[in-house]
Amino acid sequence: MRKLEESFFKGLMVLSVSTVLAILVGIILVIVLRGAPSLNLSMLIQTPKGGYYLGKEGGIANAIVGSLYLSSGATVLSLLLGLPIAFALQKEYTGRQLSNITRLALDVLWGTPSIVYGAFGFVVMVYFGLRASLLGGIIALTLLMLPIMTRSIEEVLRMIPLELKETSYSLGATRIETTLKVVFRQALPGITTGILLAFGRGIGDAASILFTAGYTDYIPRSLLDPVASLPLAVFFQVATPIPEVQQRAYASALILLVIVLFVSILSRLLSRRFSRNIVR
Amino acid sequence: MPHISLRNLTIGYGNQKVLRDISVDIPDGQITAIIGPSGCGKTTLLKTLNRLIDLYEEAKVEGKVLIDGTDIYDPKTDILTLRKKVGFLSQKPYPLPMSIYDNISFGPKIHGLNSRQLLQRIKALEEQISPQGSRLENIQGVVLPKKNGEMDLLIESYLRLAGLWNEVKDRLHGPASHLSIGQQQRLALARALAIGPEVILADEPTSALDPISAQLIEKQFKLLKKNYTLVVVTHILRQARRMADYVIFLYMGELVEHGPAEQFFTSPRDDRTRAYISGEIS
Repeated sequence: MRKLEESFFKGLMVLSVSTVLAILVGIILVIVLRGAPSLNLSMLIQTPKGGYYLGKEGGIANAIVGSLYLSSGATVLSLLLGLPIAFALQKEYTGRQLSNITRLALDVLWGTPSIVYGAFGFVVMVYFGLRASLLGGIIALTLLMLPIMTRSIEEVLRMIPLELKETSYSLGATRIETTLKVVFRQALPGITTGILLAFGRGIGDAASILFTAGYTDYIPRSLLDPVASLPLAVFFQVATPIPEVQQRAYASALILLVIVLFVSILSRLLSRRFSRNIVR
Repeated sequence: MPHISLRNLTIGYGNQKVLRDISVDIPDGQITAIIGPSGCGKTTLLKTLNRLIDLYEEAKVEGKVLIDGTDIYDPKTDILTLRKKVGFLSQKPYPLPMSIYDNISFGPKIHGLNSRQLLQRIKALEEQISPQGSRLENIQGVVLPKKNGEMDLLIESYLRLAGLWNEVKDRLHGPASHLSIGQQQRLALARALAIGPEVILADEPTSALDPISAQLIEKQFKLLKKNYTLVVVTHILRQARRMADYVIFLYMGELVEHGPAEQFFTSPRDDRTRAYISGEIS
């Protein structure tokens, strides 16, 4: 009887794991099969030429570069804001009540649909008389990424054993020294994961940058120029009736997928490297 | 005058008193064991002595803890100076997330010792070690390298003092996390010694270790009492018998009995002490 129970739950686990894997494989297969044929070098290094959206010459370098600009800009900005917030939420610095309220606020923001950030960003831009631009997109994406990054870093910080901090304090370290020299290092693998998690979420988001970043066939030369992005490139191309262009949408999706995959692998490698000095 | 005297010390977490009205002098240059069953307040008492108890918001300390005549709970007391004077060894060693070398240089670096101070420290250390050099592990007949920086020398001295040098000398810049747990505890000892304390507090320092590593720690402690005052919390009676010169017995937050180890174990005065030693209560 117990053996039956055992194999039942084991079967259940195998089933759920294979479902998840099947979905992943399915996505990759569809995108590769549909996108690979039209993927070529000019797609990666050229900007759209006249008639590109009708199936003629050109590439989506504008969207690739644009997406990298947008999400790395937003990652840097989120990190500058999020890292101090995450540290400040620790009980050495902030009372329980205030930090709980902040956590709640961040969780609500985390759950907010990205189109809301887009709409909000748009209103703010109109108020300041800005048009859709790289800067606007970066700000909207930062709003989206900040709660993700802050909360995931903060969770990592909270997992740090009190005894490790005690060790540092008992050696005569101050609060700041303990935070910067011990807690930060101990948390570094988790911080890396948090940063790249937010980056991955940011680079794939279309709704928040739809109004704020705009779309253009050119690579932006300043923060105030409009900028293209991969999610929107996919969106616009897949929406056309022309089969060649639709195929290019899948190729764009494939490029996006490769970037995200690369970032995930990079985060794994980095956090493994940073874990060298850490006792779990 | 003893380094450490407790006067009417009462500690509570919220409304619950974990220690009641403790008054005792801890003798210098000896190993004092704080014994008693689990939950009797041993660790709390120990963490009061270097104010690690401050990290627990709910904890409330009344009474006085005098170290070298000054009340360490006086608002004017500088907590960092106090912690420099009173080193601490936790139950389970926690290597700082850095190399073996950096673990030990952590204290001297944050306290901003300059190279002259480092050299003085090394000189004092070698004087400390050399008269009975052969009794300290691995110290015999070693010529310290001259061309290394002062910090290198200091780190070597402390690793020798903690009996770890020979095992780690080839991987000083490797991660401390790769050491065995017994080695980690001796690293923690070297790290605590490196802040230049006069007192060393140890909270059940062998409870996470295998018997051989535990024995090594006990051995180092016995050597260290020449130059340091050691206060060791333990719930292992036999360990207290082996190591202690002085014993403090706590039971349910109360100081039941204290005295020189021999007297404590051979002719205890209190019934509860007798019962604890004979194993009737635990």
